[in-house]
Amino acid sequence: MSSINAGDTAWVLMSGALVLFMTPGLAIFYGGMVRAKSTLNMMMMSFAAMGVTTILWVLYAYSLAFGPDAGNGLIGNLHNIGLADTINQVVGSPGHTIPTLAFVMFQLTFAIITVALLSGAIADRAKYSAWILFVGLWITLVYAPIAHWAFASQGGNGGWIIDRLGALDFAGGTVVEINSGAAALALAIVLGKREGFKRDPMRPHNMPLVLLGAGMLWFGWFGFNAGSALAANGLAATAMINTQVATAAAVMSWIAYEKLREGKATTLGAASGAIAGAVAITPACGFVTPLGALAIGLVGGVVSAFGVSRKYKWNYDDSLDVVGVHGLGGFVGMIAIGLIATKSANELGGEGLFISGSPTLLQKQIIAALAVAAFSFITTYIIATILQKTVGFRVRREVELEGLDTSIHAESAYDISSFTTR
Amino acid sequence: MKLITAIIKPAKVDDIKAALQANGITGMTVSEASGFGRQKGHKEIYRGAEYTVDLIPKVRIEVLVDDSDKDRILDLIVATANSGSIGDGKVWVTPVETVVRVRTNERGGDAL
Repeated sequence: MSSINAGDTAWVLMSGALVLFMTPGLAIFYGGMVRAKSTLNMMMMSFAAMGVTTILWVLYAYSLAFGPDAGNGLIGNLHNIGLADTINQVVGSPGHTIPTLAFVMFQLTFAIITVALLSGAIADRAKYSAWILFVGLWITLVYAPIAHWAFASQGGNGGWIIDRLGALDFAGGTVVEINSGAAALALAIVLGKREGFKRDPMRPHNMPLVLLGAGMLWFGWFGFNAGSALAANGLAATAMINTQVATAAAVMSWIAYEKLREGKATTLGAASGAIAGAVAITPACGFVTPLGALAIGLVGGVVSAFGVSRKYKWNYDDSLDVVGVHGLGGFVGMIAIGLIATKSANELGGEGLFISGSPTLLQKQIIAALAVAAFSFITTYIIATILQKTVGFRVRREVELEGLDTSIHAESAYDISSFTTR
Repeated sequence: MKLITAIIKPAKVDDIKAALQANGITGMTVSEASGFGRQKGHKEIYRGAEYTVDLIPKVRIEVLVDDSDKDRILDLIVATANSGSIGDGKVWVTPVETVVRVRTNERGGDAL
């Protein structure tokens, strides 16, 4: 332990806390977006993600994701089960070593937010006990392998995306964003549409909550992206400014798109734009210049703004737009790396098609993105279908119509009547 | 006695309240309501989806009046609520058997 870098360690510890803060932020963001009758259920899904994922991470999921590669770069082995061989250990490059447990905590918060994101696709209709089972299965069978593929760098013998293919994903465009988008689509299809989808407006019941949650996510994202440098250095600073630039740009491009298409710039559009921009820059934040980030944010905001309306055309009820915002945004970021990544931003990064003239990196980016999307969609579809056919994943119709808060949690978000109603 | 019930546009509440006060009415009840009439619903576009909104927000005003005041107050409410466009609402009058002021137990016209 004597060789740890105090500055780097402080930043990674702080980043772990910042990223954890995103999940309550997501709970508030999503909670405001649903109808009032299922607000608490929506928030409780995020809190279950924090609970279940943390327990499994300590027991075995960290080892599956970041333990020594079991061969072929597909998954880690059980060397670190129960967090064995992590206490008093260090990770990192020479001069930038941090305690392994700081890395364990930082990565845990990524796993939590990723599975929590999926809850947005099945708002107002999922059985809570089935959701808890789903979180455990999904972290084990989907998140841990994909995190290993793209995040477990082990000197060329780790995950296949980062160590063997050589695609670039700085902070989780594949692991978090494309993964959650693809899984969300599978969940939305398996659980089916909410009663009244396309007939009733189902507009957000509390936009101030949505904005508060979006602000918390924006804030926490600095830990997510700049923390992924795993060091308090110039690269972290690049990632931080790029995150700010792309997020801000997508706020403006989303509401501009809305204004042109429908005549109104909505609060929901601004909040969604912030998330879409942060998503799009996530894989790219350590590989592009701030002007590149500006382009990514502008494009990401418009692509996702267009993308979220596809569910009405293609008839799947991705209730809170996980597919359009995270899935599409993740693709925008991954492909952008293949186009505009430059070694002037990060000499350890790569050069995109527009910089070097070579399509090699772009091809790698597309392979990584498609592989993650396909594996995540198929595996999630199977898990959700099994749960639906065994314990039942969707609540009964009467429960859905009454709202999940009173029927599942025996509470309601807004008990503000002056007389007793129940 | 009569109960005048008016379903009106929310934007007209303050005008009607002022008109009633200026014409000697000492009490009214206001509640939020939603519904449809001949105006039916309307289309709204939000986040790329078009919805039919069937139930439109309105305000319900209830006023108890003496029989002798009925026509005057009815006309006053209708004139004030009228903007000339669709969705201005409806007003109706129902007979009331009796009225009691809870604190004093006064009955009938004395309770208004």
